[in-house]
Amino acid sequence: MADGNGYKVVGTRPIRHDGVDKVTGRAKYGADLNFPDMLFGKILRSPHAHAKIVSIDVSRALAHPGVKDIVTSKDLPILSENILAEDKVFYKGHAIVGLAAVDVHTAEEALSLIDIEYEVLPAVTDVAKAIREDSVVLHQSLTTNTLGEKTGKPTNISSHVRHQNGDVEAGFAEADVVVERTFTTQTVHQGYIEPITATAKYNPDGELTVWTSTQGAFNVRQQVAGILDCPASKVRVVPLEIGGGFGGKTTVYVAPVAALLAMRTGQIVKVTMTRDEVFEGTGPAPATLIRLKMGATKDGRITAADTDLFYEGGAYPGSAVGAGANCMFAAYKIPNLMIDGFDVVVNKPSSHAYRAPGAPNSSFAAECVIDEICQKLDLDPLEFRMINGAKEGDRNPIGPRHGKIGYLETVEAAQTHDHYQVEVGNGKLRGRGVASGYWGNGAGRSSVNLTVNQDGTIMLLEGSTDIGGTRASIAMQAAEVLGIAAEDVRPAVVDTNSIGETGVTGGSRTTHATGLVAIRAAESVIEQMKEKLADHWEVNLNQVDFADGTFLNSDNQISFKEAARICSPVVGSVTESTTGAGGAFGTHVVDVEVDEDTGKVEVLRYTAVQDVGTAIHPSYAEGQIQGGAVQGIGWALSEEYVYDQKGQMVNASFLDYRMPTSYDTPMVDTVMVEVPNPGHPFGVRGVGEVPLVPPLAAIANAVSRAIGVRMTHLPMNPGSVLKALNKI
Amino acid sequence: MQAFDYVAAKSLSEAVNLLTKYRDQARILSGGTDLIVQVRENHRQVGMMVDIKGVPEVNTLSYNGSLEIGASVPCYKIYSNEAIKSNFPALVDATSIIGGVQIQSRASVGGNLCNASPAADSIPALIILGTQCVVNGPDGERSVAVEDFCDGPGQTALESNELLVKLVIPTPAPNASSFYLRFTPRNEMDIAVVGAGAAVELSADHQTFVSARIALGAVAPTPLFADDASSLLAGKPVSDESIEEACEAAKDIATPISDMRGTAAQRTHLVGVLTRRALNGAINRIKEGS
Amino acid sequence: MSRKVHVQTQINGENVEFLCEPRQSMLEVLRNELDLTGAKEGCNNGNCGACTIIVEGRPVNSCCMLGVEAEGKEIQTIEGVATPEGLHPLQQKFLEHAALQCGICTPGFIMNAKVLLETNPNPTEEEVRFWLAGNLCRCTGYDKIIRAVLDTTETTGVSTNG
Repeated sequence: MADGNGYKVVGTRPIRHDGVDKVTGRAKYGADLNFPDMLFGKILRSPHAHAKIVSIDVSRALAHPGVKDIVTSKDLPILSENILAEDKVFYKGHAIVGLAAVDVHTAEEALSLIDIEYEVLPAVTDVAKAIREDSVVLHQSLTTNTLGEKTGKPTNISSHVRHQNGDVEAGFAEADVVVERTFTTQTVHQGYIEPITATAKYNPDGELTVWTSTQGAFNVRQQVAGILDCPASKVRVVPLEIGGGFGGKTTVYVAPVAALLAMRTGQIVKVTMTRDEVFEGTGPAPATLIRLKMGATKDGRITAADTDLFYEGGAYPGSAVGAGANCMFAAYKIPNLMIDGFDVVVNKPSSHAYRAPGAPNSSFAAECVIDEICQKLDLDPLEFRMINGAKEGDRNPIGPRHGKIGYLETVEAAQTHDHYQVEVGNGKLRGRGVASGYWGNGAGRSSVNLTVNQDGTIMLLEGSTDIGGTRASIAMQAAEVLGIAAEDVRPAVVDTNSIGETGVTGGSRTTHATGLVAIRAAESVIEQMKEKLADHWEVNLNQVDFADGTFLNSDNQISFKEAARICSPVVGSVTESTTGAGGAFGTHVVDVEVDEDTGKVEVLRYTAVQDVGTAIHPSYAEGQIQGGAVQGIGWALSEEYVYDQKGQMVNASFLDYRMPTSYDTPMVDTVMVEVPNPGHPFGVRGVGEVPLVPPLAAIANAVSRAIGVRMTHLPMNPGSVLKALNKI
Repeated sequence: MQAFDYVAAKSLSEAVNLLTKYRDQARILSGGTDLIVQVRENHRQVGMMVDIKGVPEVNTLSYNGSLEIGASVPCYKIYSNEAIKSNFPALVDATSIIGGVQIQSRASVGGNLCNASPAADSIPALIILGTQCVVNGPDGERSVAVEDFCDGPGQTALESNELLVKLVIPTPAPNASSFYLRFTPRNEMDIAVVGAGAAVELSADHQTFVSARIALGAVAPTPLFADDASSLLAGKPVSDESIEEACEAAKDIATPISDMRGTAAQRTHLVGVLTRRALNGAINRIKEGS
Repeated sequence: MSRKVHVQTQINGENVEFLCEPRQSMLEVLRNELDLTGAKEGCNNGNCGACTIIVEGRPVNSCCMLGVEAEGKEIQTIEGVATPEGLHPLQQKFLEHAALQCGICTPGFIMNAKVLLETNPNPTEEEVRFWLAGNLCRCTGYDKIIRAVLDTTETTGVSTNG
């Protein structure tokens, strides 16, 4: 029995169904498949940040013993420039040529035998420079779509969107204190430990199979079929276990190349990126430049905010500036608001989703300015948030009214937490920072198929790939409805030929959406079993009830297991475009100590409060929060793409990219506030994205308070802190 | 990865013969934690890897009047050794932060030295301890002071037909100790932005420096022995002023570059900070040990 | 391509022979030649620990070791940690503490933590964090991994009975 929430399974902590395979090394991840005649593919990538491809000569490589096939963009049925570049490369690491050989070393040797003549062009890798009139322009065909109008002039700004609400000038006039700051953040990577990989097989009858590690098998199917110009029904995508994604595995990079090579050679082809390819050739989260001005009255009421958001799309348009705009003020009531968002191309990899895409950057700015206002007004930052924080019925400053939300509950829980009650300590450069964050969460298409076995156990097939324990959280929801134990539902993630279409495991949607569909499928199973039992008992359907795992009528009472023996076979299959994802908020409290001689920041204590709606499997919900917080520590303090003058990334390795290790981090105390989401039968809210939104500002606020200097640039690495301290 | 041949040598003479035969094409393989990665990433061309881990002389680890560490002795054996813990603590400091424990299972101090990275953690520690490098080649054995061993990044005093056999470190005087530390943005799994080591001998009453040796990493093409900073301390009182003077002298010889790991200004500043911490660390060890 | 070398070794208690090129890493041999894919490739340069195996009782990044170096050695991989009788206590604790999300780093953590507990039966949190710093995890924030390892030491005495 779960602790007092009225559920039997929801809220308990069973061992995850796929756990034993994962602790024994038996689980098969993307790169773990081997076939006897398998070829190994490799991709030749641009050594330049920006260049025209004058010519490509693969003849020497093709003649190299062991090389089986070589492809370029000309061989793609439908051109996809980020898969294989056409006549221009827009970033170092841009894929140009794919080849297949008998082993990985031979394939690598062959790469060095490909002769490409480039005309190297000047590159721009900084959003602040890319928006200038005199900047190098990446795409001559790109003009700004500004507020719905095309400017017609080549530029790096692909779009300009505006959100306007109230009268900003009047709002600032009303303010007693106004803070204006400019913030910059650097390009960061999702940092999943498993490199991108795909293995493809093509049969002479036109059937293509792709085994890969992905957040969305159906997305891979759609993209591969699109690029290869074949019907989706001819492409079977088999999702293997996935070694982390964080948004980074919601698109394809090597899968179309592996598939093309497999089609042409007739052999199975595996393409796996190396770590430097992952850094340089996949989509990181955008660097940003954000100017923000905010005003408040002396009693702590926000009167206005005006912000310009410049987000790097990387080589192609499509940064997460829109989501950044949506999330940055969602926690607050702001009567007068102006947001201008700009999507800017630069000579970096095409940016892609990373956990709450867009939101950490903009929230860093918003939550730091709020902190500075609190300092100027001598107001407790959590008290300030209680004054300005949004609750049910309040309008998201740029969106619809909030439904039932738990923001203020997170602030209250932070206020009363022991962490916030004790002094941060003195005698050294120590500081405490707080910040809040929001993510809207996703819903959408999911599919679940439940088969009742004769022994009363369940086979649960789902289309959602399991990136961090969703087999368990989906199975538990079905079990709750069926009145059986979590262990009696055996979940399996199946291929695209075996289940209905399902969206990506991303946007914090899976436990909500796929869970909701599992609930519907379980309800269907119950209905079918009631019908069969009515026949069996020779009573009317409406005389058969189901409660607490028991089917009953006036004369009979049998458990689900007994009923299964009578009713089997029963299959409940549901595919549905779900809605009702509830947005969620978190509030983080962090203590840091700064070494004044070296500028190094140590995180002493970390508490993350979050409204999780209802935690299905609390351990994995906590784990999401802890993982997000530590990714935030990395983003705040050490992670960044470092570029040289030529636009070359110089730290494309786990050694120099510097993600936090276990020796850099404290325990992360989690407090899960449960304000059930009315859009889900058990009240689930997405959990995964929110925890990466507050940390950047929470840590920056802590450092700023520790050293008495407002930090506006990420990462706050030792060098930048030493500069802030005027030590160098 | 480029193709190469491999021989597991059984004796010093076999290794030297292979080096003599293959010269620049050959490379000694010990722990391999740098070499294998360098070859994989095309930073080094190798046609013949000569694995010396089966050669008895490079596996020696003994303390009889002086400390002898075979060139292939891995880090973990060094920092687990009781004699080294008691007498050469700077070596423990350095070897326990080279890579993670998995790296330390294989990486050797000899390999760290022959890899000749300006930021190598063990080299400043070896320098302050007065280490002699015993080298073997076709003409027999010779000895090189460790501060003269590195010629530049990846370059050493070894001829292409020579190999490092062992490191010989004299026993420290009573009232002496040593300390090595580095500065890195992460607490582990990182490359020194600056490294600093100090070996100190104090008077019996701990009031006066008898002698000191200071060495720096990552602030020049090779790890540096800070000669002036070291010698000026001899005879000076143990005080913040003396230490500051040494720190300033250490900063004077630093010629760092700016790169992704740190700027020149940051590195020069850190030389002062770390030299002070290294000296104080060694002094505290002497005081604690007495 | 260089001539392949014949290597005799012992993996998880079994005598194993294989052929490999000198340039093939131990990780590559395990994964591609022997189909022991429990050791993972995360970085291929010794900075993530996902490929950790145990060689002669010590944790080693198998990406930084050549396959030919396995000659005559005793090697353990994640596939040899559980027995027909059940999981190793560390494996059990990782499951109980939800110390894995995606699971790609888990084999490396378990292999490295296993040697830690064999070397230091009652480590402090600080010691566990230091020892495991060569293993990157991007999902968990390490909290539950550290707790799982500490809990193994407190409740099972894994170091003395295996």
